[in-house]
Amino acid sequence: MAKNKRDGTFYINPYLGGVLLGLVLFSTYYITGRGLGASGAVKSSVVSAVHTVAPAHAEENKYYSKFLSDDASPMSNWLVFEVIGVIAGGFLSGTLYGRLKFKVEHSPKITSRTRLIAALAGGILFGIGSQFARGCTSGAALSGMAVHSASGIITMLAIFGSAYLFSWIFKRLWI
Amino acid sequence: MGVIPETWNNVIALLLGVGFGFSLEASGFSSSRKIMGTFFAYDFVVLRVFFTAAITAMTGIFYFDYMGWMDMSMLYINPYYVMSAIVGGIIMGFGFALGGFCPGTSFTGVAIGKIDAMVFSGGLFIGVFIFSELYPLFQGLYNSQNMGNATIYEMLGMKSTVFGFLLIVAAVGMFYGAAFVEKKVKKVEY
Repeated sequence: MAKNKRDGTFYINPYLGGVLLGLVLFSTYYITGRGLGASGAVKSSVVSAVHTVAPAHAEENKYYSKFLSDDASPMSNWLVFEVIGVIAGGFLSGTLYGRLKFKVEHSPKITSRTRLIAALAGGILFGIGSQFARGCTSGAALSGMAVHSASGIITMLAIFGSAYLFSWIFKRLWI
Repeated sequence: MGVIPETWNNVIALLLGVGFGFSLEASGFSSSRKIMGTFFAYDFVVLRVFFTAAITAMTGIFYFDYMGWMDMSMLYINPYYVMSAIVGGIIMGFGFALGGFCPGTSFTGVAIGKIDAMVFSGGLFIGVFIFSELYPLFQGLYNSQNMGNATIYEMLGMKSTVFGFLLIVAAVGMFYGAAFVEKKVKKVEY
């Protein structure tokens, strides 16, 4: 703790971080009966954006239309507000520990350009995968594990197993 | 949920999100190279935070259920579509290895100004859009093998408390294993 906390290099103890995150997740289950989420907010935004630009197309499409019914909207709103909170919470922590800075973080072995192309491809794949699995690392894997959901635990094993394998294939991007 | 008025619902969502985002960023999840440390064994922060969070929340749920303060059986459990969950997980793992973030962590990266996180987050929207537009192609797989709101302990034929206990033992075992491996691996500066 002697270290200067504001130079951006300080992170809280990972077990403390885990307990904090666990308490937030527990509170979410206690208050709402559901877990946390992240990709769900992206889905809601895409659905409403497409519905605004091309209403007929969204209503015809069998995937968008699933989430356009009236009783589906409150929950999707909930996740959008939660994700706005995630950004605010991240900003708060970044301010507290002196990490606010515009930059592209990448391995010295690659250029910023390569990093950004890989990040874009990674985001696209994560977006697609999260729809198949009906949730991402937050909504499926983490929240699922807390309530022993079979889907969540299988999804978690698939994510980490596949990420482990592929990260060695793309090792140059990282170390 | 019905008792709480809509506005308060959104305030609660926002506050829980702040707690979520704060714990992620303060633990180091706004940095893709710190996250990727778990896969190359130079920094196991993801493993530690993730499993500590899961067993903390689980223990809280067990305790409150035992005391009669909440009913565990009423909690939402994601429906389990076997192949779709596995295929989705594999695609996400591929995206993880390329992008270095998952959706939640990328949002905390966005919050502190990481441009790579912003690009990753943009990619998420494109990915969801692609999936939705191509949904007729994926529909069969997406809806196949529905096992309902299945729990892992039922599948393994054990009591939920036994599975919970085994999960805690496994997590503690992994924490010791991670500390042991970390000492042997060359540090990576990032």
